[in-house]
Amino acid sequence: MTDDGKMPDDTRVEQTMGNLLRTGVLLAAAVTAAGGAVYLARRWTDPTPPYQKFPLAGRPTELNSVWGVLKYALGEHGQGLIQVGVLLLIATPVARVAFSVYVFMRQRDRLYVIVTLAVLALLLFSLFSGGWLPGG
Amino acid sequence: MPVDHLSLPLFTALVWAGAFAAGLLGALTGLGGGVVIVPMLVLLFNVDIKYAIGASLVSVIATSSGAAAAYVKEGYSNIRIGMLLEIATTIGALAGAFLSLVVEPWVIAIIFGVVLLVSAYLSSRPRVQNLATDKPDPLAVRLKLDGTMPTPEGLRHYHVHRVPAGFALMFVAGVLSGLLGIGSGALKVLALDQAMRLPFKVSTTTSNFMIGVTAAASAGVYLARGYIDPGLAMPVLLGVLPGSLLGALILTHAPVKTLRIVFAVAIAALAVEMIYKGVTGKM
Repeated sequence: MTDDGKMPDDTRVEQTMGNLLRTGVLLAAAVTAAGGAVYLARRWTDPTPPYQKFPLAGRPTELNSVWGVLKYALGEHGQGLIQVGVLLLIATPVARVAFSVYVFMRQRDRLYVIVTLAVLALLLFSLFSGGWLPGG
Repeated sequence: MPVDHLSLPLFTALVWAGAFAAGLLGALTGLGGGVVIVPMLVLLFNVDIKYAIGASLVSVIATSSGAAAAYVKEGYSNIRIGMLLEIATTIGALAGAFLSLVVEPWVIAIIFGVVLLVSAYLSSRPRVQNLATDKPDPLAVRLKLDGTMPTPEGLRHYHVHRVPAGFALMFVAGVLSGLLGIGSGALKVLALDQAMRLPFKVSTTTSNFMIGVTAAASAGVYLARGYIDPGLAMPVLLGVLPGSLLGALILTHAPVKTLRIVFAVAIAALAVEMIYKGVTGKM
């Protein structure tokens, strides 16, 4: 390891990271587009929901949690599939952080393994327990 | 605009087009698509600010990860600085996301407008590189933050300064990101450039890397509270991505110094309108 914290094979690591990000974003966009196609096809003649006032009446609460979205993914209105795309998008930076844990482990950089694990823990905490906490 | 009279396909198409324009404008000004998505949805489409910041946050993650895929190979971003400061921004983002649940919408609109004004001002100003003292900073050395960047003349070594000040500014950037559904890129770059004195290219790419992670931290809270609606997230996500890619492409081919100032003025106008809407209680 050199003093700037990069490994000899850092080009490969960076390439993997770039591919990971690109794949994540493209996959998220593709799934969102597929969900969007179903959503529009099913509701082609519907009026726009009243977005002027939060929250929308009658909105399925499954759309508000990771497990709910996965259960609702193939629901007939396409909304669940769009949310799967959104979750894939949220997962992209999370995967990047997880990948950095691995990179720092290979560098035997204990301090930054801990720092990166702390960031990862905060992200997962938000994603899986965001609704249990106070407010609103 | 009385959007509730629009048919769903037309509304979706208009939001898509608006998000495309927002992505383009965000990339050209360097402010990111998020700061334009919120005023667009609130002022133009009359969408509740909670749905607007939810959709905006999705666009922030999309543009950050998309741009990072291009940046990462250039080897400028400093992952150690990014990770260390992410502790501050993710905690800040969680705090900000919870604040957004209890703060009145009109207050959020006013804060949004003020942050937008300051960001537009910062982005229209030339960045000044401050290299007055370049002695290593003991704390930065202990945290192994100093790095190198590729230049045409070979690798250039740089020192990192004032880590605590950078950490504190990043916490504020995180709170604003979670409260307003934006990337807080202008404040992050300010912290990295001015407080920690990183070279421009390192601070731009490191800030971009951090934006996606910060936004992902707020996203969990937004999702749980129902701020992320698929009917809005879909056209926003699919519009902002090609818009910001086109913007990045234009930037690499032509320097847009004059355009940047014109856009900064346009964004300032949006900011004033957000503040006006908040103050007059039309939320």
